[in-house]
This record gives sequence, structure tokens and C-alpha cells, in this order.
Amino acid sequence: MEVATEERLNKEGRRAGPVLAKPRYITQNQSIGAKNSSQAIISPSLAESRELADRVLAGDRRGVARLISLIEDDSPEACPALALLYPHTGRAHVVGVTGAPGTGKSTLVGQLARESRQRGLTVGIVAVDPSSPFSGGAILGDRIRMQELTGDPGVFIRSMATRGSLGGLSYATGDAIKVLDAFGKDIIYVETVGVGQDEVEIAATAHTTIVVQAPGLGDDIQAIKAGILEIADILVVNKADQEGAERTVAALQLMLELNHQPQGWQPPIIKTVAVEGKGIEALSHEISRHRDYLQVSGRASLLRQHLAEEELWNIIRKTLVARIMDKLDRAELDQLIHDIADRRLDPHTAANKLIAQILE
Amino acid sequence: MFDRETIEEIRSRRSAWEADTIKGNLKKSPERRDVFITTSSVPVERLYTPLDVQDWDYLRDLGFPGEYPFTRGVQATMYRGKLWTMRMFAGFGTAEETNARFKYLLGHGETGLSVAFDMPTLYGYDTDDAEAEGEFGKCGVAVSSLADMETLFDGIPVDKITTSMTINGPAAIIWAMYIAAAEKRGVPRAKLGGTIQNDILKEYIAQKEYLFPPEPSMRLVVDTFEFGSRELPLWNTISISGYHIREAGATAVQELAFTLADGLAYVQAALDRGLGIDDFAPRLSFFFNAHNDFFEEIAKYRAARRIWARETKERFGARNPRSWWLRFHTQTAGCSLTAQQPENNVVRTAIQALAAVLGGTQSLHTNSMDEALALPSETAVRIALRTQQIIAHESGVTNTIDPLAGSYFLEALTNQTEREVYDYFEKIEKLGGVIKAIERGFFQRELAESASRYQREIEARERTIVGINDYVTEEPPSIPLLRMDPEGERKQRDRLARVRAERDNEAVARTLEAVRHAAQGQENLMPHFIDAVKAYATLGEICDVLREAFGLYREPAIW
Amino acid sequence: MPDGKKIRVLIAKPGLDGHDRGAKVVARALRDAGMEVIYTGLRQTPEMIAEAALQEDVDVVGLSILSGAHMTLFPRIMKLLKDKGMEGILVFAGGIIPDEDVPALKEMGIRAIYGPGTPTGDIVDFLRQNVQ
Repeated sequence: MEVATEERLNKEGRRAGPVLAKPRYITQNQSIGAKNSSQAIISPSLAESRELADRVLAGDRRGVARLISLIEDDSPEACPALALLYPHTGRAHVVGVTGAPGTGKSTLVGQLARESRQRGLTVGIVAVDPSSPFSGGAILGDRIRMQELTGDPGVFIRSMATRGSLGGLSYATGDAIKVLDAFGKDIIYVETVGVGQDEVEIAATAHTTIVVQAPGLGDDIQAIKAGILEIADILVVNKADQEGAERTVAALQLMLELNHQPQGWQPPIIKTVAVEGKGIEALSHEISRHRDYLQVSGRASLLRQHLAEEELWNIIRKTLVARIMDKLDRAELDQLIHDIADRRLDPHTAANKLIAQILE
Repeated sequence: MFDRETIEEIRSRRSAWEADTIKGNLKKSPERRDVFITTSSVPVERLYTPLDVQDWDYLRDLGFPGEYPFTRGVQATMYRGKLWTMRMFAGFGTAEETNARFKYLLGHGETGLSVAFDMPTLYGYDTDDAEAEGEFGKCGVAVSSLADMETLFDGIPVDKITTSMTINGPAAIIWAMYIAAAEKRGVPRAKLGGTIQNDILKEYIAQKEYLFPPEPSMRLVVDTFEFGSRELPLWNTISISGYHIREAGATAVQELAFTLADGLAYVQAALDRGLGIDDFAPRLSFFFNAHNDFFEEIAKYRAARRIWARETKERFGARNPRSWWLRFHTQTAGCSLTAQQPENNVVRTAIQALAAVLGGTQSLHTNSMDEALALPSETAVRIALRTQQIIAHESGVTNTIDPLAGSYFLEALTNQTEREVYDYFEKIEKLGGVIKAIERGFFQRELAESASRYQREIEARERTIVGINDYVTEEPPSIPLLRMDPEGERKQRDRLARVRAERDNEAVARTLEAVRHAAQGQENLMPHFIDAVKAYATLGEICDVLREAFGLYREPAIW
Repeated sequence: MPDGKKIRVLIAKPGLDGHDRGAKVVARALRDAGMEVIYTGLRQTPEMIAEAALQEDVDVVGLSILSGAHMTLFPRIMKLLKDKGMEGILVFAGGIIPDEDVPALKEMGIRAIYGPGTPTGDIVDFLRQNVQ
């Protein structure tokens, strides 16, 4: 059903809107909606959830992997397990790494992880790649750049597909981070899709957001995505040994000067050559400095509030949409769409009508 | 070729033919497909006529064999003078076993040797390295030290026969071992003839058997050019290879374009070092695939010669006609072989080999029918070699030079191939050259795309592969496979242990230090490799020094 | 099909050979069939493969090898998967694997072995039918 809709939209050259992508959180109030006729399974799944949460807290890697899959698959066991883990989260420092394809994000994350390990920290990595809008499948290849980390018991890497989410992360990324946090990882690196779309979602998920640029991908100021300054805590110019690196740095500097904030955190620009491990120590140092800044300035607690609010609203939005979609009669929806398209009804009225039906 | 009047006449008669004869015919019996395509998915027309080669200029585009632009062949008399070298790629297990196979092949009329090395050797690891586990002798012969090389060529007249060695990442070191082994037997290096594959660019593009990042790898290649032009005038210091690019899924045009682009990149790198083009270009050789589509392959070889001659002459200003020659080895397409009904592979190989010969190859390897299943058995290899001999002596195609020239279809296809190759040159140029294109995953993406399309066409039955998606039989293959000496790995490990115990370890340390020093500097590494292997430093030890000095490489993730 | 359970597959290349055409063609075919494919690159040790399978919680592991080292490497991979509690995972293999090795490989739990010329559709069907 969903596939057909998305495929049709794509063939017409339009992007499948977020509303049509299936929302994830339909879990807590399972009694509502036609989908959840199987109330009987709730208690065994609660036991299962408890066991999973215990396994994560006991440091069982397979339990961690399993729970992340259940979150991704929207399984009923996921939410209760997450609820049990929630008190054990909030300790890890979450570092988002975003940037266009070809900037070397995976290599950079791999090197940062190695650097963190050398400093005695345990590391979690969540690497997100896009799902195919046509088949829903994906090829997740970020581990290629992190091969030598696979044998290290202090590192846990998880690849995720976006599964219809358009903001650079998948709907389940935030919860996967929480699982790794409760699992006891000190620092968690999150690598976004980096398809050049609007990737502000990472800033609403991470404590420190790194925006990666590289020379040769468009060196002038216009080519650097507008809006990155709003999300970047640290700017990285990777592949700094290549021609044009200085121009990229200069362009970023100019942008920073134009946007100069009189006080607060000033995003530094760090040059790296990730394949050779150059500049990684300096970058790692800036991450620590930003973390300290958050603590000392009191921004940390504000940020926590902010992230909590963002997350709450996200869940509300998704749950509401899910509930509306569960209740919807497809024929009725088609009729409404028809009416809107034929100008018999305006979309605001139609939407209000639908929402009112659900909230009643 | 034709005057305007004739062309117009042909044009109108052709339109009439389509309108009358063809149209009526199609009504009665439609054609088998809407579109007919080559192995590379290039559409082929119903009929080719002079209209398809209107702008063709015989003297400019073809000329004469042995003369610029060499479309009809690099040698003046081609196979009337000397047949191509029948060179069967062989190697497995220990040096002793492969030495025996070499002697078997020479005894059956083979005229040149071609060595296949095992995976650890190709990656610069000794047999006793942890990385080598389970890989010993599987895809070729293991050569870890000079002692193995001496055994491998024991009793083989290296001063009379030419030897081709398929080795890339550690090519310079294996070459040093060959030189050292010959010199120990009293054969001076200047008398040695043969080829090292030494084509690292196609490893990044297709086969992925690289050791170091592109830059130091290119330096090693240019070191061998420089050394060879000074000391081994009969040696081909590189075999610029499209074979593996094709096997990785490329179309004929991609194979040719990427290979020639690699060739031009090597020329540029050597010029940048300060070498004179006519000093090294005559020793450059090529290696192409012969796939199923008969005419497409022949067109590819002919276009290859013409483009290379033009580029070396016009772009780089080479004066020596030998620098303009594109000489090439051909191997029939391993990826075209089927595990199902393997005997059919004999026929495929024969057709492919015929294309290579009609395309003017200088040497040829014909695959054995069992190679989709395992390493070839003696019987299978003999049939493959006999295939070449039958083409050479019974088919009659060697009686005259370039017998297909002037075929409207073939000439049109040759021209089309050439045009499309230049389109790719332009794309690669725009990306900043071959190495930049590698780093950006350009080639990898092109290959993954073509390989997937080919597979889709088979599964959609838009193309028929006998025994795979049509004419399928259920019987399991019943050809006897090669048995290797189960004691081989132990023997090899023993020899390696003996070498390490008996050699002068001080000399090893000293020569390895010299390699390290040279690697960090600018000097040509070849003399240092020869010193080190003569002291019985092993391949793994030398490569470890280089890995430390040069670093490792990991490719961008592309599918 | 953005909702519900997805089949997750690890496509791994153990051993030294760099022939990744088959692995990549299969990876694309599985993606196009709606599966999530984790590709870990060339030259993976048995330890790396088993650990990646665990962390990625895959349903299937596909091993591609053309170097001939399968009889050494596959048993180690199967044992490591078992040691990590993943004996239920579906393992299939592809590449140049002589028929005579097939019974031993099946014996150690490799469910299907695909040689050159296998339609990718066969693999897709097999996985769909056999992944619980």
C-alpha cells in the first residue's frame, strides 16, 4: 500500500511527503486503533521488554543489537524497554557529524572513534544511510571506513537506514542513541545521511554538532549550505591537503564573521586529513572544549530541556499522525484528496475535519 | 570512400528497401526482438551499408599494417610472419607444482610462460603470514622469497623464453626476484624478455589488489619504467590491463576507455619524472579481454590501436614508431564461463579467441572449460591451448592480414567505439584525471552500474546465456577437477623457515634498511629491491617496510 | 514499505581476493527487493564478519569468496557466529566453490551455495522464504 503510494509520487517527480511516510511511534497507547487488536500479547511482551532492558544494562552486546532492531521495526516490546532504560540515559556525550557526500564523514567518524578509544572512552557509532524510495531497501556501507574498530570490544557500531525519514536521520536514531547511552558508551558519534537535504534534525539530537566540508565540492560561499552556521558547533574542513582547502576555510571564516555573535560559543574551524589521521586530535580537543563549555555556561541544562521538548513534540506529532492514519478510511481520504484537487474543498478545512474526528 | 552521388543513390534505395521489402517481411514474420544489443548493451542496426561509414577515409583511418595509425595491425606481415604467442596463464600450489605445469605446457607447444601468483603473494604477504591463512596456492603459486623463484624456473631456459608475470602491488619486488634468479644462473638481465603486469591503476578501479595509496604506487611503477629502460631493454615494464576492468562488469567501451586513460596517466607520470617518451613508451604493453560479442570485440582492438597511436604521436609527440604501437595480450573472458554445462565453455572460448586473433593480438591466453568451478586441470588446459592451435593452423584466418577490414558493420562499430572512448576521456579529464576519478569512485560506480544492468538483462531474459537462462539441463557437471598436493603448504612453509634460518640476517637487515631509506626519499627503488631479494629478504618483509613508509589505502564505498 | 520488519543482510567478503562484482550485484539486488544490506568491504576476517553480524543484528549473512580459501575461513565464521549465540542466523555463500565442497559446507550450517550464473532472483526468493 505504502510502496505503491510512494512509487507513484516519485514517478511523478515529486518527493514523498513526510506525512505519507509511516510514522514510528504507535506504541504506548496500543489500545487505540484497529492495528492493535492483539491486546493479549502485551504482558508477555512486557516481560520480554524487561529482559531486553536488563540485557542492555548488563552489557550484553547482542541484547543492544536486538533492541535497536525492535525499535526500528516498531515492535511492541521496544517502547516499554526504552522506558525502563530511560533513567539510565543522559550520561553519554552525543556528537553529530553531518556534511555532503564525499566530504569524508565516515572516515572522520572512524578516526574520532579511534582517538576517543585512545583516551580511554567507550564509543558508540550510529551511521545513517538513505533507504531507496522505490524499494524501501538500502545499502549501508559506512562500516567499510571503520573496519579496524569492529574488533574492539569498547566500540559498538550500528548502521541504520532512513526508512522514509527525510531529515538526515531515521525515526529510530534518537532511541538507538539512548540504548547505546544506557549500554554505557561514553561518547556516541552519529553520522547523518548527508544527501545535502535539510539536516537540522541532527542539531536537535546531538550535544555537539560537527559540520564537515571538503574542498572541490564547490568552494565558494554560495556553495556552502546556508543554515549550517545555525547548527554547527564545530566546522571541519576535511581533505585539507587538497587544492582549494584554503579557499574553503576562507569562505567559512567570512561566513562566521558575517554572523558574528558577541558572546557565547564561537564555532572553530578545524582542518583535517581524516585518511591520514591529521587534525583529529585538534578536533577531538574542540569536542571536549564544547562539552566543557556546555557545562560551565549552564547551556547543558538548557540544551537538555530543549532536546527533551523537541523530542516530546516529535513523538506527539508522529503518534498523532499514526493514529489519524490508523483510523482513516482510505476511501474517505481519497475522496478528500479528490475534493481538494478539484477545488471543492480547501486543504485546511479538510485537515481540521480529519483531526477533529480523531480527537473527539 | 564513396562519391556523393553514389551515397545518395544508396540512401534512397535503402529507404525503399525498408519501405517495401522489410515492411512486407515484418508483417509476415516479425523480428525476434525489438532491439538487438551487443554484450555491452549497445544497440545494433538491422543492416550496415556505406551510409554508416560515409566520412571514412581509408588512408587516414586504416592505412596499412605496420604503419600509422596501425588500425590493421602493428606488425607489417602480422600472422603471416609470426603467429601470436600462445601464453597460458598458470600457477598453483608450490613452486615445484607450477614448475611441472610450465614444463607440461612447453612440451605441448606453448610458446611463452605466464605466471599466476597466489593471493598472499599478490598482496605482498609471505605464506606464513596470518593474513595468508587458507589462501596458500589457491589462485596461483606462492612466491615468498628468491628461493621460491629459483625453484619456479628451475630447468626453464629464461634466456630463450619470455615470461609474463601477473603481479601488481608488489610487481617491482617480484620482478627483482626474477632478475636475481636469472643472474644467479648466469643470465644477464639485459637478455631477459617478458612482462610484469604492474598496472596499479586498474587495481583501484576493478580488481582491488592494491597495497599502498595511489601516489607511492605510481612512483613504484615509474621506478620500474626508468629502471627497465636503462637495464632491461627487452622487458615490458607494464601491461596496462582492461581485462580485470571488463571482468568487474565494464562494457567493451568502458574497458577500452578506462584502460587507455590509465595508459595515458602512466605516460604523463613518467614524463613528469623527466623520462623521454621514446625511452619508455616502446616498452608499454596492453592486456584486453575477449568477451562473447564477436564484432564488438574486434572493433575494440582496432579502435584501441588507432587511439593509442594518435595520442602518443599527437598529444605526447613521440617520434619512434614503436612508441605508437599498441601491442596487447588477450585473455578470453573468465566472467563469461558458466559453471553449468562447463563443456560449453570450450565453444565460448573458441569464439572469443577467434575475435582476439581477428583483432590482431600479440599473445593469447584461452581459458579452460572448468575455470568457473576451480583451477584448471591438465586436460582442460590442453584443450584450451589446442583451441589456439586450431585457429592458427586450420581456420585459415591467419592467411591474410585484418581480413574483416572494410566490413560496413565492423568499421562503423570501430568508429563508434572510438568516439565513445573520447567521450569518457573527457569525463575523466573533467574529474581531474584518473586518480581523482578513482578517489571519487567514478569508475567503481560505472562498473557497478554496468554489471547490474547485465545481470538484469539475463534475468529478464533480454539476453540469452546458454545453460543459464535457456537450454538448461539438470545434470550436475562431471568434469574432473585439479587436485593439489595436500602437503604443498607444509613444504612451502618449511622452505620459508629454512630460508629465514640459513640466510645472512645482517645482510637482510641492512638491505631492508636501504629499502626504507630509499622509499622515504626519491631514489629509484629497483636496485635496492634486487639487493634485498638477493640477500633472501622475503616479499612480506620488503612489503612491510613499504607499508610502513607509504601507508595503506582504502577505497571509497561505491556500488 | 517503510513500516514493519525489514530483512537485514550482511554481505561480507572474507579472504584476500578483491573480486567484488558478485557481492555488489547481489547487494543491489537485495536492496532492490526491499532488504537492508550491510556491506563491510573487502578482506574481512572471520572475527570482523561475526562481530558485524552481531552489532547489526542481521537476519542473514551472505559470504562471497573467489580465492578458494572457503574451506579454511567458512568453518571459522560459522563457529564464531555460534559462539556469539547467532546459530539461528541464515548463512549463504557465493563465488567459486567446487561442488565437492558443498556437502561439507552444508553440514556446517551454510544453507545455500550459489555459483556463477545464479539469478539474483533465486537468492531473493530463498531469503524471503527462509527468514522468519
